Amino acid sequence: MTTRLSKGGRLIDRTRPVKFQFNGQYYKGFAGDTLASALLANGHTTVGRSFKYHRPRGIVASGAEEPNALMGLGTGNRFEPNARATVVELQDGTYAESQNHWPSLAFDVGVLNDSLSKFFPAGFYYKTFMYPRAAWKHVFEPVIRAAAGLGKAPTKADPDTYEYYYAYTDVLVIGAGLAGLTAARQAADAGLRVLILEQSPHVGGRLNTEEADVEGAPGADWARAEAAALAAMPNVTLRTRTMGAGVYDHGYILANERLDGPVRERLWRIRAKQVVTATGAIERPLAFAGNDRPGVMLASAVRDYVALYGVSPGDRTVVVTNNDDAYRTAIALKRAGLDVPAILDARPAATGPLPRMARELGIRVELGKGIAKVVGGKTLKSVEICAHAGEGAVLEVIPCECVAMSGGWSPIVHLWSHCGGKLTWDEDLIAFRPDLERAPTGDRGQGFVLPAGAANGYFSATQIVEDAVAMGQRAVREAGGSPASGTAPTVTEDVTEEAPAMPVWMMPERASYKLRSKAFLDFQNDVKVSDVQLAAQEGYESVEHTKRYTTLGMATDQGKLSNINGLAILADSLGAAIPDVGTTTFRPPYTPVTIGTLAGEARGALFKPLRKTAIDGWHEAQGATFEPVADWRRPFAYPKNGESVHAAVNREVLTAREKVSLLDASTLGKILVKGPDAGKFLNLMYTNPMAGLKPGRCRYGLMLNENGFLWDDGVVARLDEDTFLVHTTTGNSDRVHAWFEEWLQTEWWDMQVYTANVTEQYAQVAVVGPKARELLQAMGTDMDLSNDALPFMGWADGTIGGIKARVYRISFSGELSYEVAIPAGQGLAFWEAAMEAGAPMGVAPYGTEALHVLRAEKGFIIVGDESDGTVTPHDLGLSWAVSQKKEDFIGKRALERADLTREGRKQLVGLETVEPSVVLPDGAHAVEHDRMIGHVTSTYFSPTLGRSIAMALIEGGLSRTGDMLEFPISDDKTIRAKIVSPVFYDPEGARQNV
Amino acid sequence: MLTLTCPCCGVSGEETEFAPGGEAHLKRFGPGSSDEDFRDYLFQRQNPRGVHFERWRHAFGCGKWFHAARCTQTLEVFGTYPGQTSTPTPDIIAAIKARRPEWEPQA
Repeated sequence: MTTRLSKGGRLIDRTRPVKFQFNGQYYKGFAGDTLASALLANGHTTVGRSFKYHRPRGIVASGAEEPNALMGLGTGNRFEPNARATVVELQDGTYAESQNHWPSLAFDVGVLNDSLSKFFPAGFYYKTFMYPRAAWKHVFEPVIRAAAGLGKAPTKADPDTYEYYYAYTDVLVIGAGLAGLTAARQAADAGLRVLILEQSPHVGGRLNTEEADVEGAPGADWARAEAAALAAMPNVTLRTRTMGAGVYDHGYILANERLDGPVRERLWRIRAKQVVTATGAIERPLAFAGNDRPGVMLASAVRDYVALYGVSPGDRTVVVTNNDDAYRTAIALKRAGLDVPAILDARPAATGPLPRMARELGIRVELGKGIAKVVGGKTLKSVEICAHAGEGAVLEVIPCECVAMSGGWSPIVHLWSHCGGKLTWDEDLIAFRPDLERAPTGDRGQGFVLPAGAANGYFSATQIVEDAVAMGQRAVREAGGSPASGTAPTVTEDVTEEAPAMPVWMMPERASYKLRSKAFLDFQNDVKVSDVQLAAQEGYESVEHTKRYTTLGMATDQGKLSNINGLAILADSLGAAIPDVGTTTFRPPYTPVTIGTLAGEARGALFKPLRKTAIDGWHEAQGATFEPVADWRRPFAYPKNGESVHAAVNREVLTAREKVSLLDASTLGKILVKGPDAGKFLNLMYTNPMAGLKPGRCRYGLMLNENGFLWDDGVVARLDEDTFLVHTTTGNSDRVHAWFEEWLQTEWWDMQVYTANVTEQYAQVAVVGPKARELLQAMGTDMDLSNDALPFMGWADGTIGGIKARVYRISFSGELSYEVAIPAGQGLAFWEAAMEAGAPMGVAPYGTEALHVLRAEKGFIIVGDESDGTVTPHDLGLSWAVSQKKEDFIGKRALERADLTREGRKQLVGLETVEPSVVLPDGAHAVEHDRMIGHVTSTYFSPTLGRSIAMALIEGGLSRTGDMLEFPISDDKTIRAKIVSPVFYDPEGARQNV
Repeated sequence: MLTLTCPCCGVSGEETEFAPGGEAHLKRFGPGSSDEDFRDYLFQRQNPRGVHFERWRHAFGCGKWFHAARCTQTLEVFGTYPGQTSTPTPDIIAAIKARRPEWEPQA
């Protein structure tokens, strides 16, 4: 069993005990522990259950690559799933729960899946649950989802704050180990801006564990001193607990900083001229039967737990390896007073200095041997050893509590690869390393990422320092600096040479199916050697396809431990070379980043800014209900004293029809178009002939795209010979302005036209109803508002209620109507004055829903209701607004396309339900002879007419007036409605012309 | 996220400061054009792997449209140039040739 040693542990402070909870029990650890080291110190080997087979799983690694020890951290609104225990810093009160077990960690119902594992082969989802189709949705999926799954999503809103941080730097160094600090020193001494990021809380990387001296001091001490010296330089910034998450186009980097303060995490958005990835390497597991049992760990992790946390992995540890480096683990264990019954080395010979040291310590070294099988359940009992070259016949059983395995090291190439850096297979290294000739390229085609040290395939301290100096200096030159005369720090290592490793992708070499089907590649997703072999057998040749079919490398660890072993097995099964099979794509982030961090401050009210009119506060004070319209909020209705919204809408409509009513129309887009060619330009933008519009007059215009489809409409007023004011729909003001600019700048740049979006310069109030003129006159005005002086579709400037106003005699309701534009700053004053002056006339405000009903009663379209991007003006009965005389306008050529002129297109009609009180659902389909022939675009109850009305787009609708249509609503309900003119009220238009 | 330099105001900015506008140097076909020409104008795009001429707008800056010559494969930007031209400028052609000697402008 794992336990705390009486001494040792570079990172822990034994004078500062901390208390934490795991699965409801209290335990003790020390400051400096990770959750993983504290659990091991308390004898917890098993920390979770596997995803598919629910096999007990233990801690495998000591860093970010950990696949098994995933925890739910915290409670309530601070609950966080899938935290890797190996990187969680233990604190007083840490609360952790294991995941993926039911009903408990010790007894798990899903373990049955393990006995049935032959029924869960690669691709079993695709093979097993095909038929009957309905069973997938209602039986298989819910059961699988309940039993599987890694962690639960938090159910409460996150109370913490997160922020973005922007940084620009010359050289960004990711990783503050021996390579990172050495490279950073080169850039720092050259006077460049340097940013150093280290994912863990402490600098030094593997110097903290390994026995190497730098500049005459123990490596770990040198790293701390060097980091402090660098951080003290004015041109250097160093951040620990900050993970370089992703490398993107043109030197853009995202990093995730964990904080312990008012801000929980910080997302760094960095631009760097050069990025040095000093991210180290990850040790590979070996694939032998039972390699997933709790107690089987990476050899380097075993060494870490002893050296960094003073934790024993168990009294007896068997080391199994294909390389010299793992001997360090045996030596470290022996020196800590623990037993190493054997080192099983798959190689035929081991004669280098490290094996010699091990032998000198009395450790038994077995050459050409491997593990046939691990025996044990939640704790390890023994290993069965065999000849590595054979099929797994058991030669001997060695009792032990821990197996330390090493399949060699893989450089961490993720950040190099994110933005297109290519890899090359190194036969000697038995690993992919960055191909420096094919780096990710920046805006000038220059490489902008330089790997250094172990991340570049150099594993001895001497080589690391040499490479890091070279890469640091290269980064300086590429970033435009001149390298200082940088000298490499002197290093002294425990040994000066290591014998080459031997490729071992499966152990033993010719393992039986039974053994292969318990030899795990991907611990987190439960993918075994036999699964990848089966995929190859079934014809999956591409590594990307095999990945998806077997789910290899698709878990939250993204295959940090499994990918190389998996693709080596695939290559072997296909009889191909490893580099020909290639790797899957490395995608950011390197380790998971929480959604809260990515969202930063963009949440709640800050998620999207809300646009409010100058009169918004008044609406709110009146208790208006609001609806979003594009980025604005607009009053939907103004219910009074317990009135329902529906009743309020009806009242507002009738007030406008019978008395006088006010609408806050400020959100309408207003764009000024000015210049000698303004008329000519607007002739091209609109279907209507705008050039011929007289100053003082307004015209309703339609705007098409080049496909001939309507996308905006509004009233254009000609202010003078050179100047037009264009009104757009609320949602399109920015788009119309951009549209104008695009055509002016990229197609008709010879035209002399200037545009300005003045939407927010003006408040606009529609005064609507038979008493509209009376109301404006009551406010006091110097304007002649009579029908003769200011007729329908005219406009005039003047003063109303002492406020400078421009009055447009336009109507979207069919009533006598003045839309009054005033400076935005006086919008509220005008509105309040109008409400006061209109009080004796019974004035009331109306919202967007009454606006919709009023316009629908008149058959006026709304872009986005009656049009959906496939509708032409002719479809909407608006041919009168399409000039036949103009040579050109946007969309004119498209309107000649065969499909837009054919018979039987959907056309706008009005609908009256047979039952007047029944209102058709919005979007209801008209069905005829089992065919859908159209759909409802707008539908309301009209208080003016006392019945339901609707508009619809119906095939050939214009020639079908009087026909009865059927709208099936559900199996037993069909609404019948008659096709009528879409102009339900005042078809002559008399009311707006008084 | 790309960085681009606006040839109008000279600012080098993040991609989020700009808005993409698709392939550059399309010839507009209006009334009177053949169905084939009009179809190609609306829908046919080069989408090359390699040198590409694009339209961009400095949307959150000076507001001006401009052109960029860019490699869609390596993301290298050969240069940016004003929007008021219907063909790539000789300067930009030279800049591309300097980096991609084998590349030939399309007729």
